[in-house]
Amino acid sequence: MSGPADYIFYAAAAMTVGAAILVAILPNILYAAVALLFSFAGVAGLYILLSADFLGATQILVYVGGILVLLLFAVFLSNRISDAKITNPTHFRLPAAAICLVLFGVLSYAGVSTPYAVKKGVYLPTTADIGELLMTRYLLPFEVASVLLLAALIGAALLSRPDRAAPEKGEMEEGKG
Amino acid sequence: MEALALSLVNAIPPLAGVPLWTVTLLLMVVVAAVILVFALTFEGVGSLVLRKVAGDIQARIGPNRVGPNGMLQFLADGVKLVLKEDIIPANADRLLFKLAPYFVFVGSFAAFVVVPFGVGLIAADLNIGIYYVMAVTSLVVVGVLLAGWASNNKWALLGGMRAASQIVSYEIPVGMALIPAVLIAGSLSLQDIVRSQGGLLGIFGWNLFHNPFTFFSFFLYFTAAQAETNQTPFDLPEAESELVSGYNVEYSGIRFGLFFLAEFGDMFIVAALATACFLGGWNVPFFNAGTLPWIWGNLLSLGVFLAKAFAMVLIMMWVRWTLPRLRVDQLMRMAWKFLVPLTFVNLLGVSLWLLVFRGKGIPGMIASLFG
Repeated sequence: MSGPADYIFYAAAAMTVGAAILVAILPNILYAAVALLFSFAGVAGLYILLSADFLGATQILVYVGGILVLLLFAVFLSNRISDAKITNPTHFRLPAAAICLVLFGVLSYAGVSTPYAVKKGVYLPTTADIGELLMTRYLLPFEVASVLLLAALIGAALLSRPDRAAPEKGEMEEGKG
Repeated sequence: MEALALSLVNAIPPLAGVPLWTVTLLLMVVVAAVILVFALTFEGVGSLVLRKVAGDIQARIGPNRVGPNGMLQFLADGVKLVLKEDIIPANADRLLFKLAPYFVFVGSFAAFVVVPFGVGLIAADLNIGIYYVMAVTSLVVVGVLLAGWASNNKWALLGGMRAASQIVSYEIPVGMALIPAVLIAGSLSLQDIVRSQGGLLGIFGWNLFHNPFTFFSFFLYFTAAQAETNQTPFDLPEAESELVSGYNVEYSGIRFGLFFLAEFGDMFIVAALATACFLGGWNVPFFNAGTLPWIWGNLLSLGVFLAKAFAMVLIMMWVRWTLPRLRVDQLMRMAWKFLVPLTFVNLLGVSLWLLVFRGKGIPGMIASLFG
């Protein structure tokens, strides 16, 4: 098949990979974060091209609206915000390269050997099917994942809670102002 | 869109030699341009109305110099914003400073794609409608954060952080308050949701009157949405008296204009979603606009939809100029301790109602009593 879909695929793939390379090599961590945004957008584009519209929107909502914002917050709230250059130094090049190669091998093997249930040229909405499968066949993994996330949430709240015994000085009192 | 392109090619013989996807692409550009013109006009006129309403509520006159009764003020403002010098602070991060307004504007404008303006007037009736709106508007958060940081100004950074944390927090109650409409329609598509509120019940077919929980849900949505669009009483990111103007304080010229347009665009999106999900959308009471000839049906439903959406915008402005601003801790307590639990309880209520009464609303049950 050739036509506009091919060009869109190459454009989305180029955006994903190009931005991902930028994420890895840019020394400024905020620029890397912005490059990451374009990489996520490219992946969302690939999903939509594959007729997985729900997954594409989820990609944007979770990764851009959640992960990336969290990343930016972490950078802004860290102590080094006053530094002129927030750098992204490179450590452990050789082990990192080895791990990357192994991961690449596993992923490409999985990608090539999986028998995808593809229907050519059929663009059908997937939302209803995803919802039904989550509520029937994959109900247990779905619930386990949600319990795990809830536990993480409670744990984070517990860790960041100020010590009740010694209240902080600047804490605002209820009902004042 | 492709079906429309096909009918266009069939209707105009000279187009037969052109590949179908070219026609489709051109059609998409045309539709996008039409929506952009609508959005820009709304944002311009909206700014004028906002100032006039502010004037009325605060017992003063408001803009009255340009044109009759100040009616052309927004044109003067627009020309001024375009012609003004685009100043970039010396210590700003130039690239991110320039990029940030586009993220905010794109995030806001992209949501217009799925707004159901009429029976057949929608740029793309996406199967994931509401979900798509929630997804693309998250781009605004990134833009606001980057704008605050790139300005290299402490007020801008504080404003950006406040805006981002506020939008992220209130996104949850906004989404949860919209789910009842999705449950009733059984679809995420905004056109399906609007259609589910049609029928012979008139305004009692609206999701607002479907059952007590959806009625409550509308007000939860309205409150949370007022906060998500950073409007008073939740306008802490801008807070003129403490942060000067928030994340956009260093911006001037058209880059400031983009933030400004995005803010009004968000306002319309929120009003349009409230209209589509709770107030019956483009449904004309006691009448099926789809049975009319294409052009009249669409014009009528467009009028109904815009009237409802603009009324919502006016109410938002009214609230905006009436209530005082909250404090940061009050704002966060409002989101996490009140709105989030209430929307969850409400969602449970709607689900149980639909389960027990098999999807029937109170007006529907009363109507079936009388045959």
